[in-house]
Amino acid sequence: MLFHSILFYAFSLVLLGAACGVVFSKNPIHSIMFLVLTFFQAAILWLMAEAEFLAIVLVLVYVGAVMVLFLFVVMMLEVDIEAVKKGMSRYTAPALAIAALMTFELINLIWLRSSDEEVGGNFQPLPEGYDNTKALGEVLYTEHVYAFEIAAVVLLLAIVAAITLTMRKRPNLKVQDISAQVAVQAKDRVRIVKMDAEEKS
Amino acid sequence: MIGLQHYLTLSAMLFVLSIIGIVINRRNLILILMCIELMLLAVNFNFIAFSRYLGDELGQVFVFFILTVAAAEAAIGLAILVVLFRNKRSINVQELNEMKG
Repeated sequence: MLFHSILFYAFSLVLLGAACGVVFSKNPIHSIMFLVLTFFQAAILWLMAEAEFLAIVLVLVYVGAVMVLFLFVVMMLEVDIEAVKKGMSRYTAPALAIAALMTFELINLIWLRSSDEEVGGNFQPLPEGYDNTKALGEVLYTEHVYAFEIAAVVLLLAIVAAITLTMRKRPNLKVQDISAQVAVQAKDRVRIVKMDAEEKS
Repeated sequence: MIGLQHYLTLSAMLFVLSIIGIVINRRNLILILMCIELMLLAVNFNFIAFSRYLGDELGQVFVFFILTVAAAEAAIGLAILVVLFRNKRSINVQELNEMKG
């Protein structure tokens, strides 16, 4: 159990350090790299809490898809970093003070009753042969199947919204007008001119 | 022995850190979106810790849906960001004042 605790504290420290890197680094690319590290540490901590399926999903979906999307957008936009960063320090001191107060209060609240024997807070060992993915799938596909389908619709909506937002009509673009092509008639295209035959001079 | 309180403390620290990020990076829209992702991660930590503590999978089902919605939100947010940058050549939140709200 001691080894488990040491691992937890080590991964938590890396997680918080990486989160600080996200917040305080000057370059957005560095921020995204730190965010990837944060998600990775979070996945490891979820593994330690025996939520294996979600840990893997976090790495696959977040690190694999969403973070790459962020990276793609940042590299595509070529933002002027200096202009964006100018004047950021005006609210830093009060923000840090309020944040320290909030952290202090939250931690006090969380640890308030932890000395009670009844409340405890220790994780009970899982039953023998417990399979996290199987247990999750059993409730997801039976009890919460409607929510699952709504989630699918939300993803579809996100695809449609993202495409319609970023698609643009360019002027002077040569594209086919299919309905005009189909509706055209012979007299629009061919003109028959009646004339006398030419004589050889 | 690592228990519920340790996870909740970690989640609280992560959440507060992301609030700081939103406040001090409030000009850069990309960093604000990233801080929102961090906040959602902190909330997910709470759900996972309580799900493990209570021995109930419902919390993990909820995390699954939060991940779905967060992915959709990131996609739409970045699409809006791209359109914004195309129109204004900047992602500074302070310059978004057309609606005079």
